[in-house]
Amino acid sequence: MNIVVTIKHIPSIADDLPVKGDNVDFDSVDFVLNEWDEHSIEQAVLIKEAVGGTVTVIGVDLIGELDNALHLALAKGADKVVKITADDPAADSHMQAKWLSEAIKGMGANMVFAGVQASNDLDGQIGPMIAAYLDMPYIGGVSSVEANGDSATVNKEFAGGAGAKYSVSMPFVAGVQSAPKPPRYAPVSKVRQMAQSATVEKVAPSGDASSGLAFKKMAPPVVTGHAEMIEGSSKEVAAKIVELLKSKGLA
Amino acid sequence: MSNDVFVITEHMDGKFSDVSFEMVGKAKELASALGGQAVAVVVGGGVSSNGFASDSTIHIDDAALSNFNPEAYGKVIEALVKEKSPRVVMFGWTITGMDVAAWLSARTRAPLVAYAKDVRAEGGGIVVSSQVYGGKLMAEVAPEGDMAIVACLAGSFPVEAGQGSTAATTMTSPVDVGSLKVKFVEAIKPAGGDVDITAQAKLVSIGRGIGGKENVELAEELAKALGATVSASRPVVDAGWLPRTRQVGKSGLKVKPKLYLMLGISGAPEHLEGMKSA
Repeated sequence: MNIVVTIKHIPSIADDLPVKGDNVDFDSVDFVLNEWDEHSIEQAVLIKEAVGGTVTVIGVDLIGELDNALHLALAKGADKVVKITADDPAADSHMQAKWLSEAIKGMGANMVFAGVQASNDLDGQIGPMIAAYLDMPYIGGVSSVEANGDSATVNKEFAGGAGAKYSVSMPFVAGVQSAPKPPRYAPVSKVRQMAQSATVEKVAPSGDASSGLAFKKMAPPVVTGHAEMIEGSSKEVAAKIVELLKSKGLA
Repeated sequence: MSNDVFVITEHMDGKFSDVSFEMVGKAKELASALGGQAVAVVVGGGVSSNGFASDSTIHIDDAALSNFNPEAYGKVIEALVKEKSPRVVMFGWTITGMDVAAWLSARTRAPLVAYAKDVRAEGGGIVVSSQVYGGKLMAEVAPEGDMAIVACLAGSFPVEAGQGSTAATTMTSPVDVGSLKVKFVEAIKPAGGDVDITAQAKLVSIGRGIGGKENVELAEELAKALGATVSASRPVVDAGWLPRTRQVGKSGLKVKPKLYLMLGISGAPEHLEGMKSA
């Protein structure tokens, strides 16, 4: 089984995001692995462990810092890692999907996994676009994939715990919502070992696509509501919350 | 090219989701400003399609489309928009709309704006406000070209404005949906046997910010003291700290308790979608 996992390096939303002009100030933010990609990697490695095969992890290197994420993927069980050397922090989903598609084309993938979404998917997610560019079917919101020969049984989630089971012919692209198990932990020593010994294959971006969106403005949301900030020591704050809940008949 | 605004509606078990009506209401406003019509599009059988306030409704009624199938729905919608050339195609930024909107964008080269919170006509085109980066930033963008795809966050517009009684025009599928690579096998029903968080008056909801599984106990103690039940955001459930029956949000349950106490939850749009009625 030949599984390709596409990953996205995105600005961290752990802190406030500074804006420059009409976009994020990419020079002032940390880039991190899209959280759903960790589930894609886990799902791919689980299939490899079940039926054998290889897992290739590929991503667009936007700021020259993708190696860490790729070494982590290797430490978690990926066999091969590839980076597309774009050096363009503002590359949108359409561009990244096009470059990834061109790089994946010759890999003979049976399955391509992408995170179901990313917080910077202003112009949509890369998974469905890669499917369109490679003329493969796409299914997203995926919570488990089992390979059976030349097809796979794929569970897709709907809201409220409901879902559906699909049979999908290979090759296909899946947008992974969550792996059947929590993503495994890779010890720092193993990641460091991969950083020293592993080879990251480099590919130049090829192909051209664009979101077709003209940016007019980017800014933090305008606050329309009102929040009461309670100050003081933990005990004082707790006492005030209890008082508030009691006054509303909620405690 | 027309100035029509198409709304790709969503239904499950014979019932339309709120976001379908929300978008139809918005489409009427937008179509009126653009000089076109608001057209509700219903794909699939087994559902009554005469309940929208749209200017017209197209119902592609085919038994093979009764259950959601991303490949089939994508092909049908692609054929429809290529034939009718609407100015705007609206999807829900939902677990089904997300499967088709970006695929359609790449296929047709029409720009897509996801995470949309608002859309307005301006200078002959449209401008879309999008809530990106987990709700930390609002982007305003203008899609270029003849057709734009807008994928709307649920809860962005009022439901009532889209409810009406427009009689639908039924048509057969414009493409063959008989031989597909994606095949629907069976529905998976929600797991039962746990407390129903949608029926609770008080919820103590925890996110990954609580640090670790060992701290779930603290939330349970607090819930007990308040006479509340513990619920969670998605990462807590994915990590296996609590069962999926406790998950609030876009892919979880929609709750409306009198008290919703959030601990260690950042408040991403996906979570807020599940508790905005609290």
